[in-house]
Amino acid sequence: MSIFVDSDTRVVYQGLTGSQGRYYGLLNRDYGTQVVAGTNPRKAGADVDGVPIFATVAEAVEAAGATASCIFVPAPGVRDAVLEAAAGGVGLIIAITEGVPAHDEAYVYNRLRRDHPDVRLIGPNCPGAISPGQCNIGITAGHIALPGGPVGIVSRSGTLTYQALYELKQQGIGVTTCVGIGGDPVPGTSFVDCLEAFENDPETEAVMMIGEIGGSAEEEAAEFIERSMTKPVVAYVAGVTAPPGKKMGHAGAIVSGGRGTAAAKIEALERAGARVGSNPTEAGRLMAETVA
Amino acid sequence: MDLFEHQGKELLADYGLPVPPGAVALSVDEAVEAARRLCPPVAVKAQVHTGGRGKAGGVKLAADLDEVRTHAKAILGLDISGHTVGRLLIEKASDIAEEYYASFTLDRSARRHLGMLSAQGGVEIEAVAEADPDAIARIWIDPVEGLAEPACRAWVEAAALPAEIAPAAAEVLSQLYRAYADADADLIEVNPLIRTADGRIAVLDAKVTLDANSAYRHPGYAAYDDTQPRDERERAARARGLQYVGLDGSVGVIANGAGLAMSTVDVVNQVGGRPANFLDIGGGANASVMAAALEVINNDPAVRSILVNIFGGITRGEEVANGILEALQRVTIEAPIVIRLDGTNAAEGRTLLEPRLDHRLMMEPTMLDAARRAVELADGASPPVPAESATPPESAAPASQPESAMPPEPAMPPESAAPAPSEPGGPW
Repeated sequence: MSIFVDSDTRVVYQGLTGSQGRYYGLLNRDYGTQVVAGTNPRKAGADVDGVPIFATVAEAVEAAGATASCIFVPAPGVRDAVLEAAAGGVGLIIAITEGVPAHDEAYVYNRLRRDHPDVRLIGPNCPGAISPGQCNIGITAGHIALPGGPVGIVSRSGTLTYQALYELKQQGIGVTTCVGIGGDPVPGTSFVDCLEAFENDPETEAVMMIGEIGGSAEEEAAEFIERSMTKPVVAYVAGVTAPPGKKMGHAGAIVSGGRGTAAAKIEALERAGARVGSNPTEAGRLMAETVA
Repeated sequence: MDLFEHQGKELLADYGLPVPPGAVALSVDEAVEAARRLCPPVAVKAQVHTGGRGKAGGVKLAADLDEVRTHAKAILGLDISGHTVGRLLIEKASDIAEEYYASFTLDRSARRHLGMLSAQGGVEIEAVAEADPDAIARIWIDPVEGLAEPACRAWVEAAALPAEIAPAAAEVLSQLYRAYADADADLIEVNPLIRTADGRIAVLDAKVTLDANSAYRHPGYAAYDDTQPRDERERAARARGLQYVGLDGSVGVIANGAGLAMSTVDVVNQVGGRPANFLDIGGGANASVMAAALEVINNDPAVRSILVNIFGGITRGEEVANGILEALQRVTIEAPIVIRLDGTNAAEGRTLLEPRLDHRLMMEPTMLDAARRAVELADGASPPVPAESATPPESAAPASQPESAMPPEPAMPPESAAPAPSEPGGPW
């Protein structure tokens, strides 16, 4: 089992004709992902290594049966690409692109909630989602993940997602699904969304959570863990020794209410019952103990 | 991207907000000339990217040109929390009757924009929030809907601003939100927003932070970028397109991805070292990027060893290795380099590096091992070049690593110290 993506997921790539989209889209196909279509309004009717290109996501849904979209278009086009995908009829949108303005993210988040409440957006600025052995959407190198579970991974950081997969593989531990939610200010999918999905996934026995400094997503996750999780959570938070980052003025200090430091996040997670490793390797070892 | 007060005010003025007349001055003479045109009394205000300038003596009122000269002399070059004042705003003095507080920022938890308004302005808003949280009226704004007029009026009412200026305040706040939304600001904070003695509303101070990701649709932002305060190392790194934050230790850190770079900095600290920097080379580390990164680190005289921590996701190990080798040909690196290379095709990458390994270029199997070795080298090498023959790094076996420097629990059990580079057909 898995969350969000599995062997039935049929993916259309927005931006498949670009260099990044083509490279990763075909890599995803090599992994076994059902790469059924690409979109480009100016290249409809063409194909990318046999993958048909349509003008719109709606056409890809209609003609190729796409159920999910993966976005590789440049940052200025992401807002419209997400809205097009949602309107086009896919249920899952994974936006890999980095550098999307925060105001666009906030707009998209609220538009989806209002007009397409059943559509899930993951990202932007994320490595994607992989259910090892079934489906890999995005830029994660598939071979660093062992299939079969019993651990689910959710991570805010790109390379640390790989590091987490690697640490689990070193310990011989398989993964149900690994979701990179991205570290941007308004991600489409939060830690809490993923924790909830893992809690409800019968194959997932424990969750590895990789956080980092800034914002309060880890603290919100801690509240959820304490309130609603029965499955064990092992966490790692990067940035313990980072110097105080960009201060968002006085308003920012009030919004975060003293939250946002690694120490505060670790304390909140430990108080909620999660085990927190002081580095990725230790987190991997704690997970090995947890699922032993 | 933080703007100076005068830049923030110019931006707000473009959106029709009432800003007192003023001019920027980079020298005492410019300050006097600006004051002459404005006609004193004027305020002489230090332009720095930090708060607390009033307390530090960075804001003075000048009744005449002599006073402008005196204050400008005193404030230019002043150190305010580590920021040296290099520019002044000379501004027509305002006749303040009351001071309010207004701001807009993104509330990440609520996924909406948050407006805060208080009749108690001109003081630190944190203090107000603590002493009297109800004195701050908050409004959450759906970015799809925007700030509707009735909601804005209700917000002003909730903040208990004097009834006679409420309509004017609501108008100004609408303009302020428009500026915040249109300009892709992370933060616009006006403290104080004032009512003048003759009943007008004006923006007396402005803290504006813009979202650098939106620069593509705001051509004017390049000018703001040029005035960002950065140390020399950060400027050099930026010129090469690298994400670099200068720190004050002796272990240079290069990693791919912000999370891994941050984690590497943590681990260096955990094993008892002090990082000299945070440097993220991003995805697709090719030779020129790696060379640029090594160059930037090499130019930092405090660096005693360099830790390269690469986890190839899609980036392939042999490309990373070739990048390092090519970089070494292009640049003479003063400090010894410790490499940890994992992920896609790491075995191929290690094979390429192995013939070149010596006491200047080392490889370790894991992030923790590499961090320990780099810290050891940094500690052992007081004057960088000559000392290395006296203390050959090879003799410093991992066993001599001070245990006390490790976290209470041994973070690195021996059994997980894989994969050995020689492992036949290893996991990669």
